Amino acid sequence: MPSKTKVIVGLGSCGLAAGAKDVFSAFEKELASSKVTAELGQTGCVGLCYREVLVDVITPDGKVTYGEVVPKMVSRIVEEHVNDGKPISEWIALDDNGGEEAPFLAEQKRIVLRNCGQLDPEKIDDYLAVDGYKAIEKAIKKMAPEKVVEEIKASGLRGRGGAGFTTGLKWEFTRNAPGDKKYIICNADEGDPGAFMDRSVLESDPHSVIEGMLIAGYAIGAGEGYIYCRAEYPLAIERLGKAIDEAKGKGLLGDSILGSDFSFNIKIKEGAGAFVCGEETALMASIEGRRGMPRLRPPFPATSGLWENPTCINNVETFANVAWIVNHGAKEYAAIGTKGSKGTKVFALTGKIARSGLAEVPMGMTLKDVVFKVGGGMKEGGEFKGVQIGGPTGGCLPAEIIETEVDYDSLTQTGATMGSGGMVILDQTTCMVDLARFFMSFAQNESCGKCVPCRVGTKRILEILDKITAGQAEEADLETLKVLAVDIKASSLCGLGQTAPNPVLSTLRYFENEYLEHINEGYCRAGVCADLTKVVISQKLCRQCAVCIRHCPVTAISGARHELTEISQGDCTQCQVCVATCPWDAIAVVSPRSAEFKDEQSEESAEVTTE
Amino acid sequence: MSKTATDKFTVNINGEDHKVEPKTTILDLADDLGIKIPTLCHDPRLKPFGACRLCLVELEGARNPVPACATILGPKMVIKTDTERIHAIRKTIIGLLLSDHPSDCLTCDTCGDCRLQEYAYEYGVREADFKGGELHPVRPQESDPFIGRDMSKCILCGRCVRICDEVEAAFAIDWTYRGFETQVNTPYGESLLDTTCEFCGLCVSTCPVGALTEARSKGKHRVWEAKKTLTTCPYCGTGCELELHVKDNQITKVKSRPDSLNHGNLCVKGKFGYDFVNSPERLKKPLLKKGTDFVEIEWEEALGLMAKKFAKIKSENGPDAIAGLSSAKCSNEENYLFQKLMRSVIGTNNVDHCARLCHASTVAGLAISFGSGAMTNSIDDIEDAGAILVIGSNTTEAHPIIGLGVLKAAREKGAKLIVIDPRGIKLTKFADVWLPQKPGTDVAVLNGLMHVIMEEGLADKDFIKERTEDFEALEKLLPEYTPEKVEEISGVPADDLRLAARMYAEADAASVIYSMGITQHTTGVDNVKSIANLAMLTGNLGRRGTGVNPLRGQNNVQGACDMGALPNVYPGYQKVAEEASRDKLGKAWGCSLPDSTGLTVVEIMNAAADGSVKGLYIMGENPMLSDPDVGHVEEALENLDFFVVQDIFLTETAALADLVLPGQTFAEKDGTFTSTERRVQRIRKAIKPPGEARSDWQIITDVANAMGDDMAYNSPSEIMDEIASVTPSYGGMSFERIDKVGLQWPCPDKDHPGTPVLHVGKFKRGLGKFHPVNFKPPAEEPDAEYPMILTTGRLLNQFHTGTMTRKTEGMDEVGPIASAEISPKDAKKHNLKTGDKVKLVTRRGEIEANALVTDKSRPGIIFMPFHFHEAPANRLTNPALDPIAKIPEFKVCAVRIK
Repeated sequence: MPSKTKVIVGLGSCGLAAGAKDVFSAFEKELASSKVTAELGQTGCVGLCYREVLVDVITPDGKVTYGEVVPKMVSRIVEEHVNDGKPISEWIALDDNGGEEAPFLAEQKRIVLRNCGQLDPEKIDDYLAVDGYKAIEKAIKKMAPEKVVEEIKASGLRGRGGAGFTTGLKWEFTRNAPGDKKYIICNADEGDPGAFMDRSVLESDPHSVIEGMLIAGYAIGAGEGYIYCRAEYPLAIERLGKAIDEAKGKGLLGDSILGSDFSFNIKIKEGAGAFVCGEETALMASIEGRRGMPRLRPPFPATSGLWENPTCINNVETFANVAWIVNHGAKEYAAIGTKGSKGTKVFALTGKIARSGLAEVPMGMTLKDVVFKVGGGMKEGGEFKGVQIGGPTGGCLPAEIIETEVDYDSLTQTGATMGSGGMVILDQTTCMVDLARFFMSFAQNESCGKCVPCRVGTKRILEILDKITAGQAEEADLETLKVLAVDIKASSLCGLGQTAPNPVLSTLRYFENEYLEHINEGYCRAGVCADLTKVVISQKLCRQCAVCIRHCPVTAISGARHELTEISQGDCTQCQVCVATCPWDAIAVVSPRSAEFKDEQSEESAEVTTE
Repeated sequence: MSKTATDKFTVNINGEDHKVEPKTTILDLADDLGIKIPTLCHDPRLKPFGACRLCLVELEGARNPVPACATILGPKMVIKTDTERIHAIRKTIIGLLLSDHPSDCLTCDTCGDCRLQEYAYEYGVREADFKGGELHPVRPQESDPFIGRDMSKCILCGRCVRICDEVEAAFAIDWTYRGFETQVNTPYGESLLDTTCEFCGLCVSTCPVGALTEARSKGKHRVWEAKKTLTTCPYCGTGCELELHVKDNQITKVKSRPDSLNHGNLCVKGKFGYDFVNSPERLKKPLLKKGTDFVEIEWEEALGLMAKKFAKIKSENGPDAIAGLSSAKCSNEENYLFQKLMRSVIGTNNVDHCARLCHASTVAGLAISFGSGAMTNSIDDIEDAGAILVIGSNTTEAHPIIGLGVLKAAREKGAKLIVIDPRGIKLTKFADVWLPQKPGTDVAVLNGLMHVIMEEGLADKDFIKERTEDFEALEKLLPEYTPEKVEEISGVPADDLRLAARMYAEADAASVIYSMGITQHTTGVDNVKSIANLAMLTGNLGRRGTGVNPLRGQNNVQGACDMGALPNVYPGYQKVAEEASRDKLGKAWGCSLPDSTGLTVVEIMNAAADGSVKGLYIMGENPMLSDPDVGHVEEALENLDFFVVQDIFLTETAALADLVLPGQTFAEKDGTFTSTERRVQRIRKAIKPPGEARSDWQIITDVANAMGDDMAYNSPSEIMDEIASVTPSYGGMSFERIDKVGLQWPCPDKDHPGTPVLHVGKFKRGLGKFHPVNFKPPAEEPDAEYPMILTTGRLLNQFHTGTMTRKTEGMDEVGPIASAEISPKDAKKHNLKTGDKVKLVTRRGEIEANALVTDKSRPGIIFMPFHFHEAPANRLTNPALDPIAKIPEFKVCAVRIK
């Protein structure tokens, strides 16, 4: 039990975005004059992103975590809890006895995130205190490099970047590849929208990644490593830089590590914003100073990678597992998970879910448990429609298959992928066609332009989806869509193109009826596709208060107080501000299936005729 | 059992088993078996890229189809090249490409030669299912000489970008933007003129659609309307194969076939420099000088006059008062007839040609070392060398296609590249070590290399013992050439010299490539002998990838020498001085032949100036620009009694003649050229000549007959048969045998396959002979009055005296004009910037040139190309001669900036 009182503010990107810096300053000010001396510190992200800003108060009585802290709460926390030792129960998210967010953590198995939110990422001593760098020491002093490779192989660890290749095999190939100079690359170009587990690890526990790379370097016989990190992660880059310097200062990085003849250096290379540079061959081209464009494999990086030298590329999450495996042994790791997928996987839960944040669960947990047990179920009573899993080129799975186990092979069978672990929870307000269109637009924007199917094919798919969501498609377009999706998947050069059609294929597989509704009826059941819906004012319910008129940003609503109000469909952009602000629920989005829609329709045509 | 046999393994393709060699791709095998697999981004000149995805085939066990162009076959692989799925994917890809491509076939110049069009037809992709969507945006571009760019048609196969990088190493274009908006472009969309573009047109040659085209061919004709004639390039001695496209007797385009010796690669001259052929300035009738003007006369009158004048000189002053300059631009048949005319009809050995000014030192130096003066190995050998030493050759500019081989060897195949050159030429950028020697110090540098090789025990003792003689003399000389002493003489850092010596000597096979930087010195023969010493010392002769490889400068300079257009030898280097040769040739030609050695080029000019030569017949040469000290040449020519020039244009030299005879270009006649690798290759008639221009062989025959001889040949093929009968090394040559890819001499009989590598097992002269050579400084060194060194050479986009290149519209635009290259340091000292007029003065004369400030030039050295009449560099050069080869010292003289 700590003898001294500590206040620790979560200063990960999610915390900072929620205003953690102001909270931190407020504590600085308040603690300067507090009765009880308390140390103010920082930590990274514990995963409860939906409750940021999070503040831990550690007193001799235990640890209490407050959620959604704002500066004006600070004086009371200092006064009552720090000074008087009385936790403020209504603000507690977590404490030693549980707390309202306890279920979020209860079902998790935290290996990758073991230190996230638990230590100060800018203090190597914090990391050393939790057995940090013990694994590399164990490897160097007690294990031959081959033995380390064997251990990783035996653990069953598979690459967490998406493809799920067995990490130990990759290490073995690189180790056995002929070449004097070999490289380790950490792929920290986390580009999937909605995925932020790598950022969180880099910001919250950079040493675990560095230690993983060191162990890989030792096992493979590499002397140099690169961390390729997207430039949009400035905090991660800053903390990595500090961590590298600190590790060097302790002789844990650089020449003759821990007095051995193993030397290893790490450089950070910042990406320039191209999603495709997360693809390993494009990533290497980018490090080499060339255009970030994937190349053919073989040769695989293991035999000919960076500057044509054998190169082992793993992602952040993969490396963050490594030290744990060496410390605890492959057996303990392999005991977690399913037959083909061992260990844990971190998911970034977003969308219409009660607890959006980072959760690390054992492989094999069902989707249902991830969503309802860990994630706390749907937000605001939404109706569970499905999950989009595996990032922008993953797939959409319907509610019917919610019992699917989360592991590489089961997910692949459903038409989705594990991907990097993005999980978007969908409810009835999501249009599946529009969702497919959104992800296709992402893939199309991020195509490097090298191969024909990806460059032109995704463009044509996007155009067809545009037509469908605009109600201008025919059923024959669905056939073209299928042909394109299947052929692009089979014929694209790299993983981006090969997976880009997944959102289309999986929504066609599970939600084809929605496509048909759009095409045949002009009906979007989610009311999302603007061309297929109208916003109308029910004259029956309208009390002529004119609130809508004041709020409409495009002055599409005519009339005045105590007058009849009407929305000009030509001007309306369907922003739905009026729907949200109408105090009488008199304004609604209507689709072709509702009577109001048809009324509007006939009025419009009448107008046209009279004109 | 041979290694290959054990390494072979079985694969199954479309249900049939086949044995294949390791490293065979699926596409290679399919090509061999005649299985058609469509490709768009594949070009055998390039590394596999895999972008078009059209060559996908099924590989059993693989989840997705694999690209045939890049997939290396492995044992037991089972491949299917045209399943229903593959067919469907190909249709989709072709459809996608068409959906982003203008339907412009009706007006597209590439129509009929477009791969996309061809595959759309083959796969029956009509109105594309995906049509109607957005087309990729096209950003504005400048227009450029020679190369037409229409990026709306681009399918982004990347071949142009890759060929510019991987083959030409020019790096002028790249992909810009990303995804659907990707466009191949120059940096910031600049004109190609403002980039590193070398205008080789390789990008055009590889473009599978109509995005990159020959700009000036636009709208000239549809692809199928052109008559296509295979021939050999008329510029340098590489011997690139050309395909001339002709419509209405006009050359409209030049291409090169992928299966040619030069793999379809050409340089800017070969690809675009053809305007001279159809130039309106071509001579169409014989011209006679009346006063200061020329008047057109009939052939009969011209021939009669020439016969009468030469007969008069001969009777009054003897046959040696007449001299002839043959032409390295003309065919073997024409050179053979020219020297035969001079020797058997006129009766003098006063016949020479411009080889005197380029490789006379080679012919002399290598003949006494090895017994043969030609390039020992073949061009494609270079790619097998472990080390390449390039000395005095600006290969990428003067022999661009051989330069590509050097670049490929160094960049792709791991060969060590050693460049010894006073200038920072392009090759130095790719060199493992560059030794920038002071001009004229080559012997010292070469001796220094040999010193290190001896000192470090890297000499090939077995080779020296078994294959050579007189090694002891060299051994005695070398100790004094320590790297430090060599550094003092040449300025080459001692440690770099050591490094270079090791690289060259330690390679399994090392090749020396050299050219006029070695030969055009008063020590030209010494330089060549030193190179021969170096190669023999390390046993680098008689094997693939080795050799002493002089690169010949003119298309047929090798052939003109082979044909005996030299004052001391008959065809096949049979010596005039030897009675047996005189008897043999005299018998063949039905006359008795003069026994005194004739005059060389510079000696002829001197003799003309002093009046001992009174009649001169020049065929296709332009000494008024090409010879040293042209002021003196002009005086000499003015002093002649009767001066005949036979050429295609009224050149600077022809303007001084009494009689001008209109000859024909390579495109108007049949015949053969012999390339630098001793390969006898065909040229073929593609168009009709202008006016009454006659082929040069015909004119020589006419002149001979007008002088009372009875030469009668029906065709060049007949002349070649006569050449074969009197020339041992050409004994097996005939038009029939050389039809496809030519034959490399020696080819002594009809069954001989030709000789790619000379001196295998045994030198031509028996044992190779070492010649100890001491360093001698150049004839003229910088002093207080003339403090800088002037050196001369060629530019990539011009040729020789510009007679041919400068007739092509746009050619002058793509390179500097009348430039004097000067280092930034000297420019600062003289307050000069690029484009300023700079006056250069030597002891021979002065000219005004355009300053070009570049770090290619090192301080103290000025480089000038000799192509330009606006600033004729040879007004400045020193006519001092090598004592043996009589080659002038073009490469060094003292100069000052006025």
